[in-house]
Amino acid sequence: MNRIYLDYNASTPVDPSVLDAMLPYLRENFGNASSIHTFGQKARSAVETAREQVAALIGAKPQEIVFTSGGTESDNHAIFGSFAASQEVGAAGANIISTLTEHEAVLNACQELERRGASVTYLPVDHNGRISLSDLQAAIRSETSLITVMHANNELGTIQPLAAIGQIAGELGVAVHTDAVQSAGKIPIDVRAMQISLLSLSGHKLYGPKGVGALYIRERTRVRQFLFGGHHQRGARPGTENVAGIVGLGAAAELARATLQAESVRVAALRDTLESGLLAKIPQSRANAAGRCAPDMGTTRSPNTSNIVFPGVEGEALLIALDLQGIACSTGAACSSGAVEPSHVLTAIGLSPAEARASLRFSLGRQTTSAEVDRALEIIPACVAKLRALSPTYDPGV
Amino acid sequence: MATETEFATLPARAEPQPGLVAVAMSGGVDSSAVAALLQQQGHAVVGLTMQLWNQRRLPELLGDGPAQHRCCSLDDVYDAKRVAQHLDFPHYVVNFEEQFETRVVRPFVDSYLAGRTPVACTNCNTDVKFEPLLQMARQIGADRLATGHYARIQWNAGSGRWELLRARDDTKDQSYFLWGLTQEQLSRSEFPLGEMSKDEVRDLARRVHLPVAEKPDSMELCFVPNGNYVQFISAYTLERGIAANNGEGEIVTESGEVLGRHNGIQNFTIGQRKGLGFAAGKPLYVLSIDRENNRVVVGADDALRHTVAELATVNWVSIAKPGAAIRATVKIRHKHEPAMATVEALEGDRARVLFDAAQRAITPGQGAVVYDGDRVLAGGWIK
Repeated sequence: MNRIYLDYNASTPVDPSVLDAMLPYLRENFGNASSIHTFGQKARSAVETAREQVAALIGAKPQEIVFTSGGTESDNHAIFGSFAASQEVGAAGANIISTLTEHEAVLNACQELERRGASVTYLPVDHNGRISLSDLQAAIRSETSLITVMHANNELGTIQPLAAIGQIAGELGVAVHTDAVQSAGKIPIDVRAMQISLLSLSGHKLYGPKGVGALYIRERTRVRQFLFGGHHQRGARPGTENVAGIVGLGAAAELARATLQAESVRVAALRDTLESGLLAKIPQSRANAAGRCAPDMGTTRSPNTSNIVFPGVEGEALLIALDLQGIACSTGAACSSGAVEPSHVLTAIGLSPAEARASLRFSLGRQTTSAEVDRALEIIPACVAKLRALSPTYDPGV
Repeated sequence: MATETEFATLPARAEPQPGLVAVAMSGGVDSSAVAALLQQQGHAVVGLTMQLWNQRRLPELLGDGPAQHRCCSLDDVYDAKRVAQHLDFPHYVVNFEEQFETRVVRPFVDSYLAGRTPVACTNCNTDVKFEPLLQMARQIGADRLATGHYARIQWNAGSGRWELLRARDDTKDQSYFLWGLTQEQLSRSEFPLGEMSKDEVRDLARRVHLPVAEKPDSMELCFVPNGNYVQFISAYTLERGIAANNGEGEIVTESGEVLGRHNGIQNFTIGQRKGLGFAAGKPLYVLSIDRENNRVVVGADDALRHTVAELATVNWVSIAKPGAAIRATVKIRHKHEPAMATVEALEGDRARVLFDAAQRAITPGQGAVVYDGDRVLAGGWIK
């Protein structure tokens, strides 16, 4: 069976050029990047090259990049690290502002901070998943030490107005962290222009390997280390570097930077074809968070994501039926599959539990072709129709 | 994927059959053997494991033991996946926690609190396994759902009905728990193990090198750790904020004489001798549970025997609801020798069973199943 992968937001294939870049570091160049001898120096050199490559992707300085084990560690480091640092200087720092649609890595870290005595404000979002800048403004207090808002949402693709957020926060002296796991490599990021202090990204979302990511920490930003151990990475993050993974991340970042513009146009066209095709062929289906918004708010959605509700259908059953037909997609986030609660993101944009359960996410990527989109446009409507025929709740007349 | 040598001693697989069969997989040896058997017969198989109950939900019940030997724990899901991987067919976990709680767990708790003795497995079969799971199977493109139940289904062309029968292996027969199945459900279900003995099933599992071939059978209620249902009810009612029953009450004789106190009617079932908390000379048994007055009524063994059982929610399976009374054998408990009786279908979905000989401890809440030889004619709840 020729399978069609439409779940790039869950993970991406390692680009062949990335794999080629990594292999020497799994074979002959195995040195510990901290060793003084030649083996070590080779590894060190590769790590520092990767650091430059990742920095270039987001407009940062190499010394502002710390390599981690992935997006979750980066998020944890940013949030716990800034909180700890703010506690050290006493006074201000007991409030963090976040949103209702963050990834669980951010939400659970914030909830843990609440258990430790911090207060956290979760900004609501509109039906497109965007926060309101005036809500943000009103929420900032003297104790606020960190604003953490994800750049592009993993379930919906919604892009938050980071530059505007950075502007507001900058004027009030509050640091901004963004979980850019879903946006890095897909949408242009300039951390200086956006006035961001901290940024998380993950290798396996941009055609690099799993198990490696990065945290951008703007110089002079006060963040405590998250892990304790040796003095690797200038004491910011102990642990022998995952050289091969880091090399892969660097190569992937460089590739993304070179192809970002063209690729985002290409994949957006495919996404639009898929989305409009499904909406046309499947009665009562609706795209979640796909609405237009005010012109000054910038691009509304990342170019590759489409989240659609299919009323009258159990999302779990549709997902399995599609997989059996060779189409891979997702209900909500990969990490919460099997959970009883409906997606917190879909709930936050106003979907009822039934609508949330009937929603599927399609996320396209570099290897998606128009032939695949055409095939998907045959298979998905047929599957939905079959499930609706068996469904006790579907009403075609509505 | 099994290697060439591992399959060398098995008969060649039958010609590929059209259609897809879903197999309800618990991670146990029975349902795993079903998958292997269907594959041998040439069917395309998809495995489904239900996620029914969050084992970590009532943490005070967990104790030190591993959450094994209870159906559908995480370990069991893993086992089911390994079997699917070994036999190379797709497998999915489907989430029915909400339906399971509403249709099995809650009624189970309510039943005990009302002084009845429930049979959760019957509710699970009727309202979860052969309802949303069967629905899911159809939705993903499977014509039929096969399970590891020891029972048989056959089509009777003469009567135009699907019949449910006991398993050939009487020691493993589970037909007692399946009386709720409708004709529609039976038409879409398969019990491949119905003609096999447990030994034959294990043997099959070993021959195809199933990872679970030596796994012990799960014996208890799947959602009650250590079989301690009293502790479960206590933890569950606390978590849900349900008013538990009225707590302590009196233990009385049939004439109303108070003999002692009990610690909650949910601790008792009809026919029970232990737990009365006092020695009374001759043996005393629980005769009935008076929920209204929160009392447990006890008496001698001969007072436990009755000839009449009133049934509600009766489902006629192998035959249509009869107009006249019929002669049949009836089981009032899973471990009960079916006894000869006259069964009369009443108005609506009620029935009355009049046993030839008085039966011991006819218990409200239990299922009563009406048999004609191996055929399950009907079943219902004892009122």
